[in-house]
Amino acid sequence: MNFDQWLLVFILLSSFVTGLVIFFLKEEAHRLRTLANLFGALLKVILVGVMIAGVQANHVYESRLELLPGLDLVLHADAMSVLFATLSSVLWLVTTLYAVGYLEDEPHRSRFFGFFSICVSATTGVALAGNLITFLIFYEILTLSTYPLVVHRGTEKSLQAGRTYLIYTLSGGALLLLATVWLHTLAGPLEFSLGGTLAQVATQHRAELIAIFALLIAGLGVKAALFPLHGWLPQAMVAPAPVSALLHAVAVVKAGAFGIVRVVYDLYGVRTAEDLGVLAPLAGVAAFTIIYGSVRALFQDDLKRRLAFSTVSQVSYIALGTALFGYLSTIGGLTHLVHQGIMKITLFFCAGIFAHTLGVHKVSEMAGLGLRMPWSMTAFTIAALGMIGVPPFAGFISKWYIGLGAVSSGSYWAVAVLAASSALNAAYFLPILHAAWFRKRQDPWPADHAHGAGEGHWMLLAPPLATAALVVAAGVLANAPFSPLEWVRFIAEMEYGK
Amino acid sequence: MTLWDTAPWLIWSIVLPLSAGILTFLFRRAAPWIGIITTLGSAVSVAALAGQVTHAGPLRYSVGGWGVPLGVDLRADGLSVLMLGMSAVIAVAVSVYASRYFSDSDATDKHTAQAHQRAYFWPLWMFLLAGLNGLFLAADIFHLYVTLELLGFAAVSLAALAGKRAAVAAAMRYLLVSLSGSLFFLFGVAILYAAYATVDLTALAGKVQPGPLAWSALALMAAGLLIKGAVFPLHFWLPPAHANAPTPVSALLSALVVKASFYILLRLWFELFSTVVTPAAASFLGLLGAGAILWGSAQALNQTRLKLLVAYSTVAQLGYLMLVFPLAQHVGSALTAWSACIYFVLAHACAKTAMFLAVGNIAHAAGHDRIAELDGITQALPLSVAAFALAGISLIGLPPSGGFIAKWMLLQAAISSGEWGWATLILAGSLLAAAYVMRVLWHAFTQVAVARPLHRVPRTMEWSALALSLLAVLLGLMAARPVELLRSGAPVSIHAPGQT
Amino acid sequence: MTLEPYLLYALAGVGLFAIGLEALIARAHLLRKILALNVMGTGVFLFLIAIAYRSEPLADPVPQAMVLTGIVVSVCATGLALALAHRVQTTTGRMELPENDEFDA
Repeated sequence: MNFDQWLLVFILLSSFVTGLVIFFLKEEAHRLRTLANLFGALLKVILVGVMIAGVQANHVYESRLELLPGLDLVLHADAMSVLFATLSSVLWLVTTLYAVGYLEDEPHRSRFFGFFSICVSATTGVALAGNLITFLIFYEILTLSTYPLVVHRGTEKSLQAGRTYLIYTLSGGALLLLATVWLHTLAGPLEFSLGGTLAQVATQHRAELIAIFALLIAGLGVKAALFPLHGWLPQAMVAPAPVSALLHAVAVVKAGAFGIVRVVYDLYGVRTAEDLGVLAPLAGVAAFTIIYGSVRALFQDDLKRRLAFSTVSQVSYIALGTALFGYLSTIGGLTHLVHQGIMKITLFFCAGIFAHTLGVHKVSEMAGLGLRMPWSMTAFTIAALGMIGVPPFAGFISKWYIGLGAVSSGSYWAVAVLAASSALNAAYFLPILHAAWFRKRQDPWPADHAHGAGEGHWMLLAPPLATAALVVAAGVLANAPFSPLEWVRFIAEMEYGK
Repeated sequence: MTLWDTAPWLIWSIVLPLSAGILTFLFRRAAPWIGIITTLGSAVSVAALAGQVTHAGPLRYSVGGWGVPLGVDLRADGLSVLMLGMSAVIAVAVSVYASRYFSDSDATDKHTAQAHQRAYFWPLWMFLLAGLNGLFLAADIFHLYVTLELLGFAAVSLAALAGKRAAVAAAMRYLLVSLSGSLFFLFGVAILYAAYATVDLTALAGKVQPGPLAWSALALMAAGLLIKGAVFPLHFWLPPAHANAPTPVSALLSALVVKASFYILLRLWFELFSTVVTPAAASFLGLLGAGAILWGSAQALNQTRLKLLVAYSTVAQLGYLMLVFPLAQHVGSALTAWSACIYFVLAHACAKTAMFLAVGNIAHAAGHDRIAELDGITQALPLSVAAFALAGISLIGLPPSGGFIAKWMLLQAAISSGEWGWATLILAGSLLAAAYVMRVLWHAFTQVAVARPLHRVPRTMEWSALALSLLAVLLGLMAARPVELLRSGAPVSIHAPGQT
Repeated sequence: MTLEPYLLYALAGVGLFAIGLEALIARAHLLRKILALNVMGTGVFLFLIAIAYRSEPLADPVPQAMVLTGIVVSVCATGLALALAHRVQTTTGRMELPENDEFDA
């Protein structure tokens, strides 16, 4: 058995098989289920580590399956897929821990964790996809496996949110399918490779490629929450906090953003895309979404909805970085993919703790939270400051690079957008921090499950602290050899051929 | 050459079910076992036949050694083998399901009705299988007529098996439709004989030329086949017949019986009448297909009863099959359209059977099939709901599934020939299918207590539904070999001029 | 143009088919529908016999064989149809297809 051919399949199977096993576990088998969950997550992280080591040693990991004559399902480990796969497997591990703690005593846990695992398999498949058709297949599996998570609670609102989610994502999927088939008929089976492979085709079929690009971005933009396709995201907040954390930091939203990155860099190639003139409209939409998301976030009192609109805004940073032609903005965009992930997941973890332990759902109820829950609030603060772009936290690094890239390519309007957005971020995060740390609490907490002391279960607390530490590390140690920044620099160098 | 290679496997796939029909009539107790063994034996003979055809090319066999024109010849080529394989797999699954469905022992006052159904299901089902296999192996158009009629009689009787008012009325309507369709077909056969003095498919393929006789024969035969195949707007008989039949029968009717008429239409259109057909006629059939997809899906969305929803879904999915006619008119995309259509037939058969079996489980457990009241019971039957969901994924055309591969190829054919209208229709159909599938599935996630089933659902029934739905999904991952076979076995008119 | 004898019978067959078809669609009573189907069948058989008569000096046996088979099929069909029609009557009380079918499980 050729290990190089099977490693990627094993990485996928580590969570897929876990999911299947969990489906068949009885609802009461708590310990067994937790064991299966953690085993699967750890196995995945280990296998990803093996993959990283192998890629560093110049192994080529690829798995192929012939779907149709001339059309292959391809899993391939290149620098970008390794980046995203690492992000998703590490964050899955912490989210699993968090979810076990959060969902204690809730019904249908076997169903939840089964779909949870399959969702992560799909995300890993998206990360490791070597061509557009494989990407599409796992992208749609992701849609299907996240629906049961969104509607988990089974309430009227959850079901409504699920319905909206499906309408948006399936329609987006249809557009993506159309674009993929069209591209396939024009240019044959295309595999992702840095620099893109469409330069030749672009000379003959300009108009079609532009139309295909628009369709691709529309299809991917649903998951990536580009305006006006973001409507499902705030509604999906009715899902339990682990789901929001996973969906918004790791799986769904990132899959959409990752897809946009792949399309621009590995399918079209940034030079061809610039040549076709499609980058400017993308940058425009991204910029609008950045401002729009931030403005809407200002007016939300529900904490999770505020974070949702913040996600809408922040993910478009990735799109903006991708769309601004330039080595530096590419670095910024890709780095933000990682950094936003760890920051946002921290914020959602904390929001979940506040709701779960103290019944605090609204920003207006957060006065005095810092004194009551110092650890969680510290993690929240670190992540929030990172989102605003305060050095030395992670968010600063990526925003700085995007800004530099905007300046170096002459897109001064983008710098203005970044500045405005940071100001808005401050406007909707700082009041929360102020109220939590500096205001005295008058009324009792809405629903104090911890009875006046403690912050909750360790399983709820450890994950956000761990990810907050990562936020600090990614910022402070940005120039260290294995930091996300260095990795992304490597990718960008290959893309621009420097 | 071993016995395995030279034996006439062709004939076994007809003789085995035929004898089983008689045996199951005589030995009622052993009927389920005879049925299952026969379907397995039939599957084995189909597999052996497939081996023979892949090695030696199309086969011809003279029944009884007589030879044409007085005797009957049978013919097996790539397409017939694929159809036979499809019916063999579905047959095994449905037989296993039916063996438990009809022996459900906690029916008390329904004892006589159940025994009645059980007694007559097996002989009728075996005759249906014999007719179906005979149809796929037919080498002349009159033999097609005879097997079509046999198929129709068995199907009608099975549809009436439940004995209740709605079932009997639906079966009567089905019979009238079936007989009139066959007579149209027979008239076409007569006209073709009048014009060309032969009924043999291969001989006619070379002889038919455009002219009033050929046109009228095509029109008559197509009309007969369209009504038997429930193509919009002649689909009115299908939903009541399929919805009121016992579950295994509904599965067979939707997955296999309607496909037989479509298979004949394919053969006629691409082999016999290839010089006669016009783009206008092809577009007309395509428009009927569009009507089926849109109307069938809209009706499915409006249903309050689960079995009717699935039946209307069949009407809609049959519309996709009609798209092969306009898409195959363009030389560049003809081969893709052809492969897409056949693969769609295979995927739909598995998915629709799985869906009906799953729905049957749910209805059996709940005692009714009103969609709005299924919340509690769906949570008690996770395996059946999973089967429904996976089958639904194939019907919608989401990856990974056989339905996705078929839709991919259809889209490819449409886009590469510039037919954006058909491409949009295909995608719209997928979204509509998603709507009516989710309409059922969301009930499995509501916040109600798990209900206790009215009747226990045996494990065999749940697992046969799930197994078929998994097959429908797996068809999405193993399509490469079958599609290659399909392409090499496509009719001559499909290939570009100059290719084999 | 002289009307050859067989053509007359062939056209008569077509006519019978058409008459039967009209009755099948227009009449509501099940027995009439069944009879209409028989008339349609007879029309096709007549057409086939006319074709058989066409060849000289002996009539073509193949269409005659087809007609014989067809008659057998037709008899079975009529038998099945009558049995079902009887069942319709016993369950609905009328010898007609119900207008709006209720669909009970």
